Amino acid sequence: MIYLDNVAGTKPDQRVIEKMLPFLTEKYGNPSAHFYPLGREAFQAINEAREDVANLINADADEIVFTSCGTESNNLAIKGVANSFKYEGKKHIIISEIEHFSIQNSCAKLGNQGYKTTKLKVDNNGKIDLDQLRKAISDDTLIVSIIHANPEIGVIQDIEEIGKICKEKGVLFHVDAIASTGHIEVDVKKFNCDLLSLSAQNFYGPRGAAALYIKKGVNISPLFDGGFQENGYRSGSENVPGIVGLGEAARIAKLEMHQYAEKMTHLRDKLIKALKGMFSFLHITGDEKDRLPGHVSFWIEYIEGESLLLWYSLKGIYAASGSACSSNILAEDEEDLTASHVLTAIGVPNDICAGSITFSMSKYTEEKDIDEVIKVTPEIVNRLCEMSPYYKKQ
Amino acid sequence: MAKGPYSDKVMDHFMNPRNMGEIEDANGVGEVGNPACGDVMKLFFKIDDKGIIQDVKFKTFGCGAAIASSSMATELLKGKSVEEVLELTNNAIVEALDGLPPAKIHCSVMAEEAIEAALKDYYKRIGQDPSIVDEMKAKIKAKVKS
Repeated sequence: MIYLDNVAGTKPDQRVIEKMLPFLTEKYGNPSAHFYPLGREAFQAINEAREDVANLINADADEIVFTSCGTESNNLAIKGVANSFKYEGKKHIIISEIEHFSIQNSCAKLGNQGYKTTKLKVDNNGKIDLDQLRKAISDDTLIVSIIHANPEIGVIQDIEEIGKICKEKGVLFHVDAIASTGHIEVDVKKFNCDLLSLSAQNFYGPRGAAALYIKKGVNISPLFDGGFQENGYRSGSENVPGIVGLGEAARIAKLEMHQYAEKMTHLRDKLIKALKGMFSFLHITGDEKDRLPGHVSFWIEYIEGESLLLWYSLKGIYAASGSACSSNILAEDEEDLTASHVLTAIGVPNDICAGSITFSMSKYTEEKDIDEVIKVTPEIVNRLCEMSPYYKKQ
Repeated sequence: MAKGPYSDKVMDHFMNPRNMGEIEDANGVGEVGNPACGDVMKLFFKIDDKGIIQDVKFKTFGCGAAIASSSMATELLKGKSVEEVLELTNNAIVEALDGLPPAKIHCSVMAEEAIEAALKDYYKRIGQDPSIVDEMKAKIKAKVKS
């Protein structure tokens, strides 16, 4: 098995699992129970994790709020400031065309409360034009929310510059750093951001543990009404094992991510070079330079994404596709099949349901895995081309 | 192993498509597309003087279900008469494939439409009004209902 769908979730690091295990077994106390050791132990554990997460992104521990997933962090950021008494009156949100559903749909829902959303266009490499952002910000703008690295096309935005613009203009800035945290530098001070989302499953931590950085002084209204956990920003009993795992994943990432980024960048560039040499009708998606390490995405003319995905899977290579056909296989209706909005935004023709593939590596990916992808790709593509009514022998 | 979205039959036809390719001297060619997802299916018929499908081939741009539906359709069509061919419904294709996910039923519908399109082309080529296909189809439907 060659697992190249790491943007969908990484294999947890063994050290993370070992650190979590006691909290699934004998250390089962509730962190809100301060008057006996079992509870205090859990409280201490989540606060150590808070330190480790803060340390990874250059924040202070009391600026970290634990959540259940990246989607929750993104919802909390957008809806949290929109519903805060502190920013009443400002009804304009700026995002990009390639944001995650959790951002897009949060903004869509806020439309019911009179919020207007501007979606910044991206160029064919997936990059946001900064002048377009400057022009879009008005006196009514509440927040700008931009994805640091897009999981589907790997492109990394110039977050530092965007942060500077937001600071100059005096608008809040949220960064969706779910795909990037733990792989490349994420620094809330350099980013000049007010809010930042990250998730454990994307950097060798467990599912079900994520965080939102909330800069001191920024006010948000919680999504859940309940007790006083997480300073009231996120009530509900804490997922202690998950949070401990997130903390350990953050601690490890801080120490090791640069080394793995180098390894994955090498493998990425090798695979991109090989793919580009294979077919004139294969197109890399996303900026080739400003790109996540270990991220390779492309689309192929004449053939369809789900077929590609199935063939790679049959060859033991697990990847992802943004084609409509593969979008929602469990749907009850074909109307629920839509091509990826990210691919549409960068100009991939969605009317032909392009054969798009995303390979995303991890620190466990080896050179021989990439060599295998390079070996089987021509075989698969030729096979599907042969079957395609669009394809004419070149 | 946990089951995937497709039956073993679908996967078999996807991996080993039957009758894939083109017929150079085909006398009935039908191409249909699905605007929802962009899939395109093309069927090639070689029909003899007695109105029997002597040979059939397909080319398809699409997902696993689209490829398997095309492949299965060709298997069910070979050796049949024009009348018998029109009796083949998308349901029969789905059944023969041991089912399709609900969102992929349209792939089998596409196969049924491609058959009709290819037959219309055939009638046009032999100098008959292609609307005969619609009439025949309507008769079959009426028969099924009664």
